[in-house]
Amino acid sequence: MRLSPDEMIFWQHGWFKLNGTIVFTWGIMLLLAVGAKIITRNLTTEHQRSRWQNLLEIIVTAMQQQIKDVGLRHPEKFIGFLGTLFLFMATAALCTVIPGFEPPTGSLSTTAALALCVLIAVPMFGISDQGVGGYLKSYMEPTVIMLPFNIISEVSRTLALAVRLFGNMMSGAMILAILLTITPFLFPILMILLGLLTGMVQAYIFSILAAVYIAAAMSTHEPKAPAKT
Amino acid sequence: MLIDWFTVGAQALNFLILVWLMKRYLYQPVLKAIDAREKRIAAQIADAAAREATATQEKEEFQRKNAEFDKQRADMLNKAADEAKSERQRLIDEARKAADALSAKRDELLRSEVKNLHESIVQRTQEEVFAIARKTLTDLAGVSLEERMTAVFASRLQAMDDAARGRLADALKNSAEPALICSAFELPPEQRTVLQQAINVTFSADVHLRFETAPEIVSGIELSASGQKVAWSIADYLTSLQQGVDELLAKPAAPEKAPDKIPA
Repeated sequence: MRLSPDEMIFWQHGWFKLNGTIVFTWGIMLLLAVGAKIITRNLTTEHQRSRWQNLLEIIVTAMQQQIKDVGLRHPEKFIGFLGTLFLFMATAALCTVIPGFEPPTGSLSTTAALALCVLIAVPMFGISDQGVGGYLKSYMEPTVIMLPFNIISEVSRTLALAVRLFGNMMSGAMILAILLTITPFLFPILMILLGLLTGMVQAYIFSILAAVYIAAAMSTHEPKAPAKT
Repeated sequence: MLIDWFTVGAQALNFLILVWLMKRYLYQPVLKAIDAREKRIAAQIADAAAREATATQEKEEFQRKNAEFDKQRADMLNKAADEAKSERQRLIDEARKAADALSAKRDELLRSEVKNLHESIVQRTQEEVFAIARKTLTDLAGVSLEERMTAVFASRLQAMDDAARGRLADALKNSAEPALICSAFELPPEQRTVLQQAINVTFSADVHLRFETAPEIVSGIELSASGQKVAWSIADYLTSLQQGVDELLAKPAAPEKAPDKIPA
């Protein structure tokens, strides 16, 4: 039994290999890029616009609003990273309805790669916002004693991100595969629907957590609320 | 092994490429379009607000002008009504004056006609009386009227009172011109002689006489000199007759009421 699409190898030359995870990821990338290109080709600034443009605008503005709600003041700066995280994972979850498709997010390699991206992006955004010294200082707050714990926290939450997404996505596909062997057709369909739901929820959770980590890294620069009298 | 580090690296790279692609083809165009539309909407709202302000201003201006126009119209109507009233009064006055003038003219004309009629009646009466008297005298007594009149005039001259005779004598003496004898008919030489003698005897002087014919005195003889005059004619008789006729004419008209005056 195959736990991860990593094991589905199409071509290999030495250490270089073309497995299912990479191929399905490319498929998703192609779908997203081409879809976005086609829809945004005829964008209009008029009041009357196409349904697809409306859909894209709804998605983009909803993501912007979510990022703003988390506490990031300039969502347009973060939407590239956080929005793409969400779109990639959501598309991967949606595509599970296609027969033969295995979500690349069901591979620990992919989730680890995404978690590593978050691990690197958080200090990058933090440093770009408050400088190297300012960012590193945040690890020693409130006291220097907290430095190792902060570092452990940083690593462990990255690990948690990766494992949480992997576990949920892999389990969905796994349960489906098991049920297909022991139950009639109707029940797996319900499980597919449940899988879609958990996939969307996981995509949302992963993106929101990444946004929260970034916001935490930049929190020292948030404007202080005026003292209430 | 669940983690394949090559795949991890490849997926990280794939993800970064996807981030770039999404930024390039999705977020930037969509956000730009949204911004452009928001700007456009903001501009349209600002434009609409400006138009509304202008419209409000124009409405107020229009209402003000309308009120002004109404006031002007009312003023003009009042003025026109006043003018029409005064014009009507003027026309009525003019018409009244014209009516009065016409009435006066008509009265004048009527009076003139009455006078003319009167005169013609007098003239005709004089002529008729004269003709009847002449015919009566000729037929019954065998004497002419003129002859008798000359004789009567001569006898009247002689019968004048002293004061009147004195005044006339003075006038005849002081007059440079000859005294004038006017008669309704041409006096024959015999009667002229009779008159000359009578005057000479009366005033005890040789008085120069000039004889003229005046048909308007109808029948009678006048002697005039330097403003003094002695006349004898049938005019006195005619005056009495006229008074009698007038009284006769006035009697039936008296009971008639004068017509009501028409109010202006």
